[in-house]
Amino acid sequence: MTPAMLETTISRRGFLKAAGALTFAFTVTGSLAGRVAEAFAADDPAKFNAWVSIAPDGTVTVMMPAAEMGQGALTSLSLILAEELDADWSKVTTQYAPPIPKIYGNYHPLFRGAMLTAASVSTPGYWMSMRMGGAQARRVLMDNVAREWNVPLAELGTEPGFVVHAASGRRISYGDVVKFATLPAAPPQLTEADLKKPSQFRLIGREDIGRVDVPSKTDGSAMYGIDVRLPGMIYATVLEAPSDGAKAVRVNLEEVMRIKGVKKVLAMPFGVAVIGDTVHATRKARAALKVQWDNTNAAAKDFDSERAMQEYARHGRDPNARAMPWFEKGDAPKALGGAARTLEAEYSSVHCYHAQMEPMNCVARVAEDGQSAEIWTGTQSSALAALVASSVLGLTPDRIRVHQHLLGGGYGRRIWPDAVAQAVALSNVTKQTVKLMLTREDDFAAARPRPMTHHILKAGLDANGELVAWHHRLVAENVDAVAAPPRFKATGGKDIIGWRGLEEPFYAVPNMLADAVREQRGVRVHAWRGIGAGYNKFAAESFLDECAHAMGKDPLALRLELTKDSPRANAVIRAVAEMADWKRPRPKGRALGIAFSDYHDSFSAGIAEVSVDAKTGKIRVHEYWVAGDAGIVVQPENAHAQLESAVVYGLSSALVEELTFKDGGVVQTNFHEYQVLRMRDVPQIHTKVIVTDNPPTGLGELGVPCVAPAIGNALFKLTGKRVRQLPMSPRRVAAALRT
Amino acid sequence: MITFVVNGKEVHSEQPADTPLLWVIREELGLTGTKFGCGMAQCGACTVHVNGTPVRSCVTPISQLSGKKVTTIEGLAPNGEHRLQKAWVAEQVPQCGYCQSGQIMQAAALLAKNPHPSREQIVNHMNGNLCRCGTYNRIVRAVQRASKEV
Repeated sequence: MTPAMLETTISRRGFLKAAGALTFAFTVTGSLAGRVAEAFAADDPAKFNAWVSIAPDGTVTVMMPAAEMGQGALTSLSLILAEELDADWSKVTTQYAPPIPKIYGNYHPLFRGAMLTAASVSTPGYWMSMRMGGAQARRVLMDNVAREWNVPLAELGTEPGFVVHAASGRRISYGDVVKFATLPAAPPQLTEADLKKPSQFRLIGREDIGRVDVPSKTDGSAMYGIDVRLPGMIYATVLEAPSDGAKAVRVNLEEVMRIKGVKKVLAMPFGVAVIGDTVHATRKARAALKVQWDNTNAAAKDFDSERAMQEYARHGRDPNARAMPWFEKGDAPKALGGAARTLEAEYSSVHCYHAQMEPMNCVARVAEDGQSAEIWTGTQSSALAALVASSVLGLTPDRIRVHQHLLGGGYGRRIWPDAVAQAVALSNVTKQTVKLMLTREDDFAAARPRPMTHHILKAGLDANGELVAWHHRLVAENVDAVAAPPRFKATGGKDIIGWRGLEEPFYAVPNMLADAVREQRGVRVHAWRGIGAGYNKFAAESFLDECAHAMGKDPLALRLELTKDSPRANAVIRAVAEMADWKRPRPKGRALGIAFSDYHDSFSAGIAEVSVDAKTGKIRVHEYWVAGDAGIVVQPENAHAQLESAVVYGLSSALVEELTFKDGGVVQTNFHEYQVLRMRDVPQIHTKVIVTDNPPTGLGELGVPCVAPAIGNALFKLTGKRVRQLPMSPRRVAAALRT
Repeated sequence: MITFVVNGKEVHSEQPADTPLLWVIREELGLTGTKFGCGMAQCGACTVHVNGTPVRSCVTPISQLSGKKVTTIEGLAPNGEHRLQKAWVAEQVPQCGYCQSGQIMQAAALLAKNPHPSREQIVNHMNGNLCRCGTYNRIVRAVQRASKEV
């Protein structure tokens, strides 16, 4: 397979003409039928939207609705379509789909048609769409050959890239079929029964198929948004306002304008922008800027994260707190009231920064008449980027052309198109093509962090010492309120991002309640790899460990017991225990801790082997084992890579990451002040991917949630001390060891 | 004007002497394989070789380069076929890939001096290069694989 085309530059009409290709639309069952019928029936070819086309030379082009941020979507989604098309993989290429959610949206229940690459649901959400797309195109090819050769359809089959007639030994390449093929008036009506069985897969699950973007990422040719260069382009950077609504009231304009190459200094609603001839000029100017902010209307005015943490705790403990239920089973308050013994503990976690290696950036060109614009960027949602760009200009999204590029890390940060809005605004003001690049310092200032959280956990044991009641209360700002207000409104104020992981559907505890208390501090909290499960499972799985010790049970045995009626959950726990050889005594000074977590219908369990430097409080994770079950696995090698990656992300937030706020703004400015895990602190990571015939579910974040609780539980086993705050930094661990 | 050599070609830059090499490479020469990550030598995404030594181009002013030889990821080997680049593909190292040019350049400097580094030597040499996707263990494996081919 050739590397993906990285830009959606060709109009759909031009694409059809230029390729001389046969272009297929397709339908799937259920909710997609309507919109696909519309796509298929459109009589204006410019509106004809397609998922796959085959050129006379046999090249198969798959329209790519998802962004590539390292998770492997460019490979996996096209591979799924190619599987059902029975395509020759070496002839498959991709082209980014235009931002038209009606056609290219993700119909996973979480997204319901939004065109967004997030939450590990690209493969699950497009799984059936891509398969049907491939199967329909294959059927159209076969129908054409049946007519041409005058043989019954039932006698035809396919081999990669060919239609074959076994009885006569005849075969014809897909490219040659395209030369005479015609499209039917209506798409062939296929059902799931027409699709391949997993045992018939030729491409899905192959160990030897590498990711298509990897070679370009070893020789410098991969194109990210930050790499775009256009004729006549000018450069911009923005000294970000410390908080939404903060206003620049005094700027040392004259001084900054004297810097060679600086063209303009502009006070904008989002900060102070510098426009210049070179990157160097804008960076020098940015460093020289002195801005006085008026915080009167700042959203996060006076926010101080350390002080707020104390307030969160107080709010959570308040018996009259307004808590919204998220997960309920039985009657937890009553069962807690009647328990023979109750346990209680409080946990907390700080804000975390995405630290994507490519700072936020965007190139924008607004047309002279202001009636259309083009943007070049790497975004997790080209549709949201188009929407935001259009609203800056007072236009409709169809007036915006988005040139999607590779993402130098997403992890949730590149959902929000703040850089797009800024670049479009600056291009509109200057009437020039603007390349906006944030400095790392401003990428920090513009952080959209994982929320800071406080947790109150209560458990009740009955007279026999069995766990019969569970209550998990979360106190935090709500991500959906900031990042997805319409959905937040529709759910009546439930934060489906930030509360993820509070639920416990796989533990057989008869009475359970999880609820949440909302904080509103004006911090731009956002989705961060693993979303709510990252901190909610830290609290829940650590507290379950406390319960196990209080009950005199082995933490592994308790988890196996609680999941005995949930085979997939039980299986990952058993698998990881085998991998780590749980019962084997560890060398002196080391201990194991275990955790389990589901995540968006996938299952994982992790075990950490740790030691600690009693003097400095530095935890060292020597080995980490993770077992995951995400159903059918499209790219096995990448599944291991995603688990490893998520484990490192989890380790980093468990051990070192800490973003703090003072006076409403982020305190840390660069990687010397905000630590992320480096090579020296990475353990040996052992991954096991349990492949089942279940439809594929998410893998990209699955490895995150178990890491922190597994480490904390191991630390307790080792020292008898429990650290109930993230990160478990040397300072906190040393303090806990002194108690 | 400052004259130096980039990937075997002489370059005459008219940019101010304090301009970091990174921006001349990326925006003036269009060699965008070298990445901007932090601007203060904290992440290693901008690593290139100057006379064979790995440097952070984001803090290297071009005034220091007069007459020197710069190698970027694009010039590491013809057709991207350096043994490290092949090992990077074989081990499927990159995810988002943004830091990987810097990782490969950093590793190439190690193998040039020490063809058979131990795991510890690899980790010590590579520790300054951040990878937010956490591909660290694959990076080690790829360096080890490449070192077997020396």
